[in-house]
Amino acid sequence: MKENNKLKPENIFIKNWLVIILITALLLFPLSGNNYFIDVAFFFGIYALLGLSLNIILGEVGLFNLGHMGFMAIGAYTTAILNTHFGIPIIFLMPVSALAAAGFAYLVCSPIIHLRGDYLCIVTIGMGEIIRLTLNNNPFGITGGPNGVFGIDFPSLGSFFIIDNSTKFYFLIWIIVGLTIFALINLQRSRIGRAWNCIREDEIAAEATGIDVRYYKLLAFILGAGLAGVAGNIYASKLMIVSPESFDFMESCMLFCIVLIGGMGSIPGVLIGAAAISLFPEVFRTFAQYRMLIFGSVMVMMMIFRPGGIWPRKRGAVEFKSLLLKTGRDNV
Amino acid sequence: MRVFLEQLLNGLTIGSFYALIALGYSMVFGVMKLINFAHGDLFALGSYLGFTILVLGTAYITSYLGLWGGMIAAIIIAAICLAVVGTLVERIAYRKIYPAGRLPLVVSALGVSIFLQNSIMVVWGPRPQAYTANVVPSAYLQIGEVRITLLQIIILVLSFLLMSILYYIIQKTTFGAAIRASALDRDTAALMGININTIIFFIFALGPALGGTAGVMVGMYYRKISFIMGWNYGLKAFTATILGGIGNIPGAMIGGLLLGVLEMLGSGYISTAYKDVFVFIVLILVLIFRPRGLLGEKVAEKV
Amino acid sequence: MFKDNNLNTGISVETDKVDENINGDKKVVLEIQELTKRFGGLIAVNSFDLRVNQGRISSIIGPNGAGKTTVFNVVTGIYQPDGGKVIFKGGDLAENKPHQIVAKGIARTFQNIRLFSNMTCLENVMSGQHCRGSAGVWSSVFRSSHQIKEENRIGELAEGRLHQVGLWKFKDELAKNIAYGSQRMLEIARALATNPDLLVLDEPSSGLSDRESEDLMKFLKDLLKEEDLTILLIEHDMNVVMGISDWVTVMDEGRKIAEGLPENIYHNPLVIEAYLGKEEEEEL
Repeated sequence: MKENNKLKPENIFIKNWLVIILITALLLFPLSGNNYFIDVAFFFGIYALLGLSLNIILGEVGLFNLGHMGFMAIGAYTTAILNTHFGIPIIFLMPVSALAAAGFAYLVCSPIIHLRGDYLCIVTIGMGEIIRLTLNNNPFGITGGPNGVFGIDFPSLGSFFIIDNSTKFYFLIWIIVGLTIFALINLQRSRIGRAWNCIREDEIAAEATGIDVRYYKLLAFILGAGLAGVAGNIYASKLMIVSPESFDFMESCMLFCIVLIGGMGSIPGVLIGAAAISLFPEVFRTFAQYRMLIFGSVMVMMMIFRPGGIWPRKRGAVEFKSLLLKTGRDNV
Repeated sequence: MRVFLEQLLNGLTIGSFYALIALGYSMVFGVMKLINFAHGDLFALGSYLGFTILVLGTAYITSYLGLWGGMIAAIIIAAICLAVVGTLVERIAYRKIYPAGRLPLVVSALGVSIFLQNSIMVVWGPRPQAYTANVVPSAYLQIGEVRITLLQIIILVLSFLLMSILYYIIQKTTFGAAIRASALDRDTAALMGININTIIFFIFALGPALGGTAGVMVGMYYRKISFIMGWNYGLKAFTATILGGIGNIPGAMIGGLLLGVLEMLGSGYISTAYKDVFVFIVLILVLIFRPRGLLGEKVAEKV
Repeated sequence: MFKDNNLNTGISVETDKVDENINGDKKVVLEIQELTKRFGGLIAVNSFDLRVNQGRISSIIGPNGAGKTTVFNVVTGIYQPDGGKVIFKGGDLAENKPHQIVAKGIARTFQNIRLFSNMTCLENVMSGQHCRGSAGVWSSVFRSSHQIKEENRIGELAEGRLHQVGLWKFKDELAKNIAYGSQRMLEIARALATNPDLLVLDEPSSGLSDRESEDLMKFLKDLLKEEDLTILLIEHDMNVVMGISDWVTVMDEGRKIAEGLPENIYHNPLVIEAYLGKEEEEEL
């Protein structure tokens, strides 16, 4: 067997030791004790989760979604309303919020999923705005208008396990992010991930190759929305208050940029993008007024010099046993 | 009836703003296939420039140019400045990115938008500014039951004039034909000898100029301006572009006017709070049932 | 002589009785009956009939704009017919979406190659097996043994197809990076990966050199010997048509104007006229 035919695991192009260092850093970080930085790291985690959820829709399938915060808003408000009005525990509401967001995505995207790229973009913008404006207008008196809903509980299991400080929230979000990364990597290596990427490359060819394009597009939206709903749930209970202005179009644009600047379809790229977006304001805090100017300029320059993203998705050898290698007929 | 007619009038006025901004979107999208997110902020910039000229330069203006002169000067200066800024934006932020595809262009456009918006905030401060009340005399005309103000007349006449000129250029001149050809198929147009760089220069100069004019007029009409107004108007104007048919100039005009009227009617007959929601729902319905817009061409993909 | 039923237009389609017998005893895999397709006011396909026999290579030829690709697009489900029927393996294909038709056993290639450019050659071919797999979200996320077995099966099958078209060495190369001729073969490998009964090729030799066309012809002939397959192709290259077709159908302006054995079609005056136009009237 030739040495240069050795197969490598797909997409784990980060050296193993780098991953171990990052995970160790992640675990030890809270020992620094500085709640402010731990909170920053918490929001890094939220952006990471949102970026990963949008990555399914935008990165893997290539669907222009500029209204993603709308899904998070649905999740956050579901948690907020059901918790404050009916006292339902936050932890139980996590899957409920995910389902609410996913269900909403299914209902709303079904009639429009066939739309061409740019038009879909506009519709998603409209969708996000409709959600925000409706929440702002306090329909039936349940969303609290511009002031939002407050008094949201902490997640808890009985009275001995309560997530009530920065460090615990930090671990909560990063555990969820870790599980999400695990799931997404496996999806990337599967028939489903392949189908998604085929749709992104050429929808007509994908359909002509036997892929049910409509089903997989909807699936991406549902999964992405569900994860955004989870992010909404955690966000709501950390802040203890939700208001419509947190979920505006600007935030959706930021998520869009995270996926694109990091690298479409690339999980490490999305994490870097999320880090950039959440840490940038901190790093440039001293410049205050000018920092958004710098941010805008950086976005433009990134696209001029590295349009593929900071860490583009690498495609390569797929991991499975090769029949041809086994029989030695590998020199065609 | 009176309410209906007045709402119609208000709708046409707002619609003129949307139409003028939409023209910029439509021209750029038609030829470059780029949603210029920065366009709304260029409109906002025009508004602020007008503010500087009219409000901060009041003494100078009234003494040298008179009331009407001030308004005209503001509009012309804003238009010229925006034309310059628009072409600069294309030069710096978009030109190098064309080969990379549509998505990097969108990110870049968003970057420019953020940059412009925050530049306005840095220069003019984060709090909303206000135009003075009487840039034009507050006279009005009474036609039957309906009252139409002088300002509205000016806005409608000026917008109509600008749109007519643009319509004439686009539909009746050779240059306009070149623009329409580029919008349909840029590469073939270039092969046919059309100087695409000239076309690009024109659309990135004229679009923002029209937007800037709209900006000054919006300032005069609503008086209050804020640095985030670019997004709101930009989004609505883009909706108007889609409504009329992307890449279609007359469509953008009709789309804008129609959108303004729909918004006012929605606000009047449904509820003011939900008027924006109403507008977006209309947009979504149009896209589901008639994605090419009212005047757009049916574009089929050859398999 | 055998006359077709386009009598109302005055066009008669002539087929030798001899031709009819050669094909008459084979099973019919695909039957197109009076197919009509309109786009606005333009009639692209007008009452078109075709029968494709099992195990044969059938060709559709005709000048540009004759409606050949439109027929393909209806057969593969991209368009729905405005009139007539398409019957595959005894079942009517109406109302089926393209991916359902692939699952039923028809695979196609495109006139302008449509590959998944930024994916590897292996991934392109593996995508063909998508409709033959069943792993869902749950089993993919948790890597159930069923899913892993299925992925291995898909991978092996894909490698086999790549090997079959001679592209195994490019398996990890991005599809956009390989040569044009190789891309054509890759598209065929992807279509074969769907385990089709009918392979529908749209101008497969377009853009290929003479040598590459000959390799393609040999490949298709060998394919028929090795597998239980039927091939339908659109072609402009007469060498290919004459070289490998068992049966040729000629279209012009949406209609069938002739059909028969390759050598008979070659000399058919109606066909020549369709391609080259009528002889000029003598000048006075």
